[in-house]
Order: sequence, then C-alpha cells, then structure tokens
Amino acid sequence: MLFRILGKDQFHALVEIILKSNEVIAPKRIGAKANGQPIHEFLPISAFDEMDLHYRSTQYSAKTYFLPYQETLSTFRLHGGDWEQEIAYRSEPRAIIGLRAYDVNALVKLDKVFARGRFPSPYYISRRKNTFIVGIDHDPLEDEFSQSMGADIVTHGFDLFLTDLGDRYFVAIASDHAFSLLSMVETAEVTDDDTQTYKEVRRRILEGFKTQINAKNLPNLLDLEFTSEVWKKWGKKCLSCGSCAMVCPTCYCYGVNEEVTMDFSEAKRVKQLYSCNILDFAEVAGGHNFRPDHETRLKYRYYHQHRGFMEDYDEPKCVGCNRCGRVCLAGINPPAVIKDLYEEDL
Amino acid sequence: MGTLRAYDVRQESTMIQPLDFNDRLGLKSVDGVFKAEITNVIRLTDWEKLFHLRICDDTERQRFSFLPGQFVMIEVPGYGEVPISISSSTSNKGYLEVCIRNAGTVTNALHQAQRGAKVGIRGPFGTHFPLEQMEGHSVLLIAGGLGLAPLRAPIYYVTENRAEFKDVHILYGTRSPDQLLFDYQYESWRRIDDVNMQIIVEQPNGSWDGPVGLITELLDGVEVDPQQTFAIVCGPPVMFKFVCRRLNEMGIPMDRMFVSLERRMQCGMGKCCRCNVGATYTCTDGPVFDYWSVMNLKEAI
Repeated sequence: MLFRILGKDQFHALVEIILKSNEVIAPKRIGAKANGQPIHEFLPISAFDEMDLHYRSTQYSAKTYFLPYQETLSTFRLHGGDWEQEIAYRSEPRAIIGLRAYDVNALVKLDKVFARGRFPSPYYISRRKNTFIVGIDHDPLEDEFSQSMGADIVTHGFDLFLTDLGDRYFVAIASDHAFSLLSMVETAEVTDDDTQTYKEVRRRILEGFKTQINAKNLPNLLDLEFTSEVWKKWGKKCLSCGSCAMVCPTCYCYGVNEEVTMDFSEAKRVKQLYSCNILDFAEVAGGHNFRPDHETRLKYRYYHQHRGFMEDYDEPKCVGCNRCGRVCLAGINPPAVIKDLYEEDL
Repeated sequence: MGTLRAYDVRQESTMIQPLDFNDRLGLKSVDGVFKAEITNVIRLTDWEKLFHLRICDDTERQRFSFLPGQFVMIEVPGYGEVPISISSSTSNKGYLEVCIRNAGTVTNALHQAQRGAKVGIRGPFGTHFPLEQMEGHSVLLIAGGLGLAPLRAPIYYVTENRAEFKDVHILYGTRSPDQLLFDYQYESWRRIDDVNMQIIVEQPNGSWDGPVGLITELLDGVEVDPQQTFAIVCGPPVMFKFVCRRLNEMGIPMDRMFVSLERRMQCGMGKCCRCNVGATYTCTDGPVFDYWSVMNLKEAI
C-alpha cells in the first residue's frame, strides 16, 4: 500500500474535480430526529459542503449503489407472438465518499458472492468496477460491534482510505486509478511525525470499541442451540417486516418479478431485494411454506449471517454495524440475541 | 468525459463467448435466456403436461447438454420464470422435455401455450444423480406423484445403458390412478430385459386392478444386495423420508440413496438465497443430495 498526506484543502479540491463531471455519493444530512439527532443517508451531492464526513451513521447502507432495491435485469420486446431479450448493465462511473471500514468490508463480502466463484454477476461487477471508493476512519459508535466481527480494519476493497489527523488526512492508496487522480492535486510524503500521529489515532480507534460480542464459538453455538427457547423469545417480538435486511450492508437475497407495459409491447424482469424474515420467503409452488413461523425465519437470518456464510467463506456475513438493531421496531438487536444464546449455553 | 474511468463489463473475454451455463466460473450474461420453441405438448393428466422445447439457435442447441437430475429455469416473457427439472434423456440432443404441473401464474401460462410459442431457458443448473458411480450395481428408481418427472431422466439413462447395471427396479406410486404420469410408457419400460416395474395407488377407483397402498409396500417384494445397490428417490419430502428410512432398514447406506429437493429458486445460481438452508444452496449444492446430507440439512424434510 502507498501512503500520502493530503491537506484538507487539497481533499476539497479533489472532490470538486470529481464532482465536475461525475456523480458523487456521500453522507448527507437529510433531517433530524425528535431528539435533535441528525439523520444522514448516502445520497448524491452537488457541492462539497453537502457532504458531512462527521456523520454518526446512515440509516441505510450504501449497498443500493451496488445491489439496487429494484433493478431491471432484462427487457423482452414483444412482437407478434415472438420476443427479443435485451440486457443492459449500469456503467456510468461514480464515486462514493465517506464509507466506514465496516461498509468497505461489507463490499468485500459482497464481492465474494457476486464477483467471484460460481456465476459471477455482470450487474454487480459493472457497478462495482465503475465506483470509485473513498473510505474514512471513524471513532466507534457506542453500539457498533464491528471489531468482534473482524470488520473494523480495512486492507482492500477501496480506492482511497482516509484517516483524519486534524488538519490533514493520512491517505492509503489502493489503486492505480486513485494514484492518478491524486496526481491532480498536491500531496506530501509521509513524515515520521505523520506516522506517529496516525498510529495514535489508530490506537484511539481500536481501543474505543464499547460493544463487543463473543463471536468465537458462534457457528458451533448456533448449530447446538437450533431448538433453543431463545428463538421463541425473540421470534415472538419479530414483526417480519424485513427492515433489518433492507438496511443491512451485506444482505443480498432477492426475488424476481415480471412487469408488463400497458400496451403489451414490453415485459421486464425486475429484481427486488427481499428479506428472509418476510412470510413467503420460503414458500413453494402449491403453497407449502418451509418457514411458516416468525421464529424460524429470524433464526435462519442469524444462521446465515453467522454460520452459513462462515462455512462458505470462513468469515461471518455480518460486519457489526448494528444498523439492523437500530432500525428494528421490535428492539431485536444482534448483541442482545447472541448474548441470550450464550447464556442458554451456560 | 468524466474524471473517473469507465469500465465496460461487456469487454470481458468470456462475455463474448456463446452463453454456456455449464461454465460456472466465467463471467456471462447470467440473465440471458436461450430462446426455445414449444414443439410438442402432451397431456399427461388433468394437472400436468409434457412440453418439448427446442432451442432455436443451432449453436446454442448443440452446445446445450445436461446431466440427469439437473433443472432449467423456464421463462415465459410477461409472466415470469420457474425452476423445472429436465425430464428427458441426456442422449436426446434435439429437444428437451419438461413435465409441468399447473400450479401458479407461470405454469398456468405455459398450460395455455400452443405449439410454436417461444419461451426462454436458462441452465442447466444444479447437481445430478451420479449414475456413472452407480454403474455395476443394482438400482432402485422410486418415485411418488410428480417425482416421476425428475426420475424420468435417470430411468432413460439406466434403460439406454441396461448392460451397465445389475437389477433394475422402477417403483411408482400416486394417490389415485388419474394422477399417474407417463402411463403410456410403463409397458415399454417393463419389456426391457429384467426391469421390475411396479405401480401402486393409495385410493383406487373402479377400473384400477393393481396394488393398493403406500409406495413403501412395493419394497416388501424387492430383494437386493444392500452393499451392491444404489437408490434414487423422487417425490414429496414426506414420501422420500419414509422410503429412505425403509431402504436404510434394508441395509442400504444413506450415502447411496439420492433425493431431489424442491425450493423456490429465483436465480439458479446461488445468489437469490431463496433456496438457502444455512450454508447450502439447493440450486447449486443440490437439487440432488445424498440422503445423509439431507438428514444433516436442517429443515430439509
């Protein structure tokens, strides 16, 4: 990895350069809660000042820019009993600025599912390779447990990663694309003094995690506690609304629906992100539902996050951002559910 | 011209090759379908029809190959896509056969379709019954209800390669005689040298003069050397659970019994998660599993 020092004014200049001719997505303040706490989302910005890099969290993750909530997979042009299929991939380049370590790591996990292995997805790859990613370090949120999930440190999956040293950024450069963009502004060599300050900031971050969960034995525990009362307890609360999967940066399951235009000239295959908590998730033709109960569906969500994905990729799917815990109307959150499972085990 | 570099995913060398779903690793147009014509429609029962599908493009048709037990996604533009197991012989290169029950929006549209209609096919997907491994052994081919549809591909394989197998038993059961699929073919299977074909129904009607009862009862009359026998069992979970339990009592090891699972797949490629059970994707790790794996797959039965 190459490291440089980037003055904040130069960072400003860099963003302006990109903004001039490309779409830029960044954390943007969109309002405030009743208690005055600001609400941020990853949205397109038109000026540098619309971006707020000191955001606490966004309600939604940035996954919609890679796995849109709705995406047309293909279009059938219907004519006289015959049809032609047309497929298009989104290929306009854009930048996303301000992703935290856990969100960058979420993309690295999605890469494993959609950019590699069996049947890589051109829809995903096209969006991913056309997105310039600028990540930024942050002080851990009080309910974030990304450290327990091993998602608090980034090594790849971004183009630039910034660490705020006060009046300047310590920048990790992870791609040739980023290197050439940086050449359009002024950067400086990293001095011993910079390295020292960087290390201090990093130590402060690493030691700042307040919420931890015991993830070590989780895959085994989930198998062992398959019939546990814990699932009944939390399943009873679950409203099966699917909000947790919508805000999750790594939840990727979906359904495909077909839409026909009013004049029957076109049919579209539309992919829509789904949630394994929704009632008909595992219903098959003829009406049989493999997961008719709230508790079973909730359990399988945890099972995939912390065991299923582990079996496939040797790491959990969860990055510990706790967006699901914050959004849940019933107060279901991973630290509490997992703690219960451990206590059942004692 | 933007500041950021653009990347055209269609430049990837594999994207330019003809679409081939058997190649699982290369980047391809995963949502692209093979256009196929319905060349024949055969009424099997009041609920099921057999369709002959001929891939229109010559190159695509020649490249298309599958293994017994695999499935395809059938797209009816304007209605949607459904996973259907292939019912024909792997040696048949001209067209493939799919047996479809009228059970929902897409299958209902298919049931309305006439010869000459064009549908889309993606696939083949999934694992297959390991018939090469079964060669040199006796085989039990057991189906319940609609299970005969996926079993028909292995039946073709075994009957076309009769010399490679020892004893062959085909056992089939349905609830009532009017649900029997492919009734016009039983005689041709029976006539093959040393094929024991038996049919049983649970609820006979007036004209039925065959055995009455559950499919497991047909196993009473079957004698096999359990160490030299493989079984393929296709049918609803409750059926294969009882059959496999019975086969296990007969001494057949669980990893020599194969079943095919059903889930609501929406992609066929291990992405949509709709068929996911923990770490197992029914579409790519299955639909064919040995019974030992199914026993360890929570929620499978």
